[in-house]
Amino acid sequence: MRSARNRELIALVPVALLLSAGFAAVFAQEQAKVGDLSLVYGAYFLAVCLATHVFLRLKLPNADPYLFPLGALLTAFGLVMVYRIDADLARDQANWFVLGLVLFALAVHFLRDYEVLERYRYTIAIGGLLLLLAPRVPGIGQQVNGAYLGVKLGPLAFQPAEFSKICIVIFLASYLREHREMLIVGARRVLGVTLPPLKHLGPLLVVWGAAMFMLVFIRDLGSSLMFFAAFLALLYVATARFSFVVIGMTMFLAGAWFFASTVPHVHDRIQIWLDPYQDPTDSGYQILQSIFAQADGGLFGVGFGQALITIPGTNDALLPAAQTDTIYSLIVNEVGLFGASALILTYLLFAARGFKIALLADDGFSKLLATGLTAVFAIQAFVIVGGVTRVIPLTGVTLPFVSYGGSSIVANFVLLALLLLVSDRARREATAAARTGPLAPEPA
Amino acid sequence: MNRQIVKLFALIVALFAVLVAFTSYWAVFDAEALKEKTANKRPLLEQQRIERGRILAADGTVIARSVAKGRGDNLRYVRRYPEGALFGHPVGYSFVREGDTQFEQLHNDELVGEESEFVSLLDELRGQAQEGNDVVTNLDPEAQRIAMGALEAAGFGAVVAIEPDTGRVRVLASNPPYDPNRIPFDLDELNNDPTSPLLNRATQGQYPPGSTFKVVTAAAALDSGAITPETTLDAPGTLDVQGQPLSNDYNESFSGIALDTALTNSVNTWFAQVGEEVGSETLFDYMDRFGFGSAPAIDLPDDQVYRSGVFEGGDLLGRGDPVDVARVAIGQERLAVTPLQMAEVAAAVANGGVLMKPRIWSRVVDPDGRVVDRLDPSRYNDPIDEETAAALTTAMEGVVSEGTGTNAAIPGVPVAGKTGTAETPFNDACGGADVNQAWFIGFAPADDPEIAIAATVECTTAFGGDIAAPIFREVAEALIDE
Repeated sequence: MRSARNRELIALVPVALLLSAGFAAVFAQEQAKVGDLSLVYGAYFLAVCLATHVFLRLKLPNADPYLFPLGALLTAFGLVMVYRIDADLARDQANWFVLGLVLFALAVHFLRDYEVLERYRYTIAIGGLLLLLAPRVPGIGQQVNGAYLGVKLGPLAFQPAEFSKICIVIFLASYLREHREMLIVGARRVLGVTLPPLKHLGPLLVVWGAAMFMLVFIRDLGSSLMFFAAFLALLYVATARFSFVVIGMTMFLAGAWFFASTVPHVHDRIQIWLDPYQDPTDSGYQILQSIFAQADGGLFGVGFGQALITIPGTNDALLPAAQTDTIYSLIVNEVGLFGASALILTYLLFAARGFKIALLADDGFSKLLATGLTAVFAIQAFVIVGGVTRVIPLTGVTLPFVSYGGSSIVANFVLLALLLLVSDRARREATAAARTGPLAPEPA
Repeated sequence: MNRQIVKLFALIVALFAVLVAFTSYWAVFDAEALKEKTANKRPLLEQQRIERGRILAADGTVIARSVAKGRGDNLRYVRRYPEGALFGHPVGYSFVREGDTQFEQLHNDELVGEESEFVSLLDELRGQAQEGNDVVTNLDPEAQRIAMGALEAAGFGAVVAIEPDTGRVRVLASNPPYDPNRIPFDLDELNNDPTSPLLNRATQGQYPPGSTFKVVTAAAALDSGAITPETTLDAPGTLDVQGQPLSNDYNESFSGIALDTALTNSVNTWFAQVGEEVGSETLFDYMDRFGFGSAPAIDLPDDQVYRSGVFEGGDLLGRGDPVDVARVAIGQERLAVTPLQMAEVAAAVANGGVLMKPRIWSRVVDPDGRVVDRLDPSRYNDPIDEETAAALTTAMEGVVSEGTGTNAAIPGVPVAGKTGTAETPFNDACGGADVNQAWFIGFAPADDPEIAIAATVECTTAFGGDIAAPIFREVAEALIDE
């Protein structure tokens, strides 16, 4: 399977080109301000990518060749955008990228037999939930824009939801692998609707309850939606019962509707989404500015480094949270509809490779794990891009790999490591099967 | 499970397609509408990064310029008006929050150096920032200052001075003035000021023209052939028109007088009869030829220049509408005119019957000092023929040499003109007092006109010949001395 790694190496070439071009563009634009250090960043980034590639050659020779380049591409694009906003932030981001790759390597090294995760699934689930609740713990929790998403431990600040999503997907994949037969067989039709057996309804209600709890406790519609949608995606794949998805989504919307009318923060978010012009200078400011920034971009954008982020002459934000929540709007502003569509296409390719891994995997846990990780990744991208384009209410999740933020970068590289682990085994077994059984198809 | 995974991927594809669709909507399809939103300050912020060009008077005096604030990403330009209130009208102002008005608004593209998509792309590639051009006007600071000073002494009102043969606007003064430098601080106050300092009375003041309108009536009568300069009529002290008496000043009666005497003495009953002879259709026709009924062709935004004509409520009456033509002929009825329109009437007569388009701008100069565009005077219309203009000029000279307009006379220079005094007894703007709208329109020198001027003062107890004619004289002297 050397050819997979060779393809990976070739796929890294466009990443290198994009990164060099991007840094060069920002460098040319802001020469006076940032100096030639920018080009050093580019070289540094590529060196780290090559090192990771060599590591993968040794450790996971059969793993999917395109996922890592796609992740690197998104990270490179994010680095260029963050660099363009603030060179200091980009330096942090680059450090987190290295830290992310270190954790990526550790995960690959220690989780080669990733079934071990199944054994600790309850521990992992509890860990994931505790992580989610941490922002409400007095002293370490942080409130951002009314939602509790951050934790600060001394000098270390992070967003636990980013790690929690991996824990919860691992738990759900393992739980559903074990109980999927029961859920299917025990299902009964009541009034024309297929319902899961009562015995197994309990755990499902617990997940729904957890999502609702998050809504109230963490006050973040976006992460709540992201977790619950990933859960429904897994439930659907595990049981092939679309009715479960319909029931689940109905319950979620009912719950969200109920809490939207009782939890002020969630209520405000929905009101602003429905009518941002009611308060254009305060609560509606971020979403309106996000859309105005996109309107400035047009088809091709105004160019790297050209968009307005602060109001000239002041430090007031014209595009609030440009490096995190609204980075997509800045991307549309600077590289236009075409550039942004290319970005979305990149996420889509990432999702396609992720689901491809799930298709190739032949045990239930691997399939569900790959599906869940890919789904939660794609849904997260949808939630934040949908938020800044007013498809859904704007919430504070990050754009995976692209947004500024250590937790996001590190957690997504761990997610990538798990996907590659599943992939390596699936493709190795598929190749082995192909050798013994001459009629078995060659895996792509 | 594989079928479900493929379906799940299909769902993700659909969701991402929605994202692309929404992005397309905001970035492309709805982009223009979003840029118009008042909550969207981006277009203005972009504009203040461009060094807007200067606005200069004809002699090079700087009327408006931009000064840089901050540097790097914070660099922005703010407008300054060194002459203060002198050119508040008609130059207007341009600020990020308060927007643009008047000349600043109409000539925005030249001032910000708006270029074609292709040229600006080239500039971007060459790393050149967009730069604004200077716009040089025809405005004469000395004459403008004299006009403003005279108005301040006389009362609220306006003065418009136009070169008859080119349409160049040399003076466009409105009192009370405002200082455009104060706009960012005092806009609300200025908007609520009962004296309406932001109203450009020269182009937005709609006043009864009084007897100055007799020039239009005479032009229509002569040019349509209803009368000749020799036609004589009896003009009784009072005439019954539509059941109401129409009288001359002091009920003075004249017998067998021609246009000269009638205009010199501003004989109402003479012009009322001529008006009826001409008929409302023909009179409206000639009004249209002079530009009544349409937005003036001056280079100011259409919504900031008002039309002149006979109004019913807010609506302009036209040819077929029932009007008391005898009273229209003497400048009464529901006539409302702008000083600019009356200056155009004087200019058309002065220019042998050819009305030129009034123009404030003269040339556009790029940052390297190259003239990139220059005013090419163009005619608006030929409302009357040359003989009519000549006969009118002779009659109007009589007004100044021996009639109601002697205060407009300039030693050694023949002057043609017409006074007007419209009674505005119920004008709320004047506090309901028994007052007049005083006018003088004319041109000088009468034999080779250099300048045509309309001067008007609102809410005054004085007559046009006493208060407006001296303003004409002062401004004309400043402009023909050159």
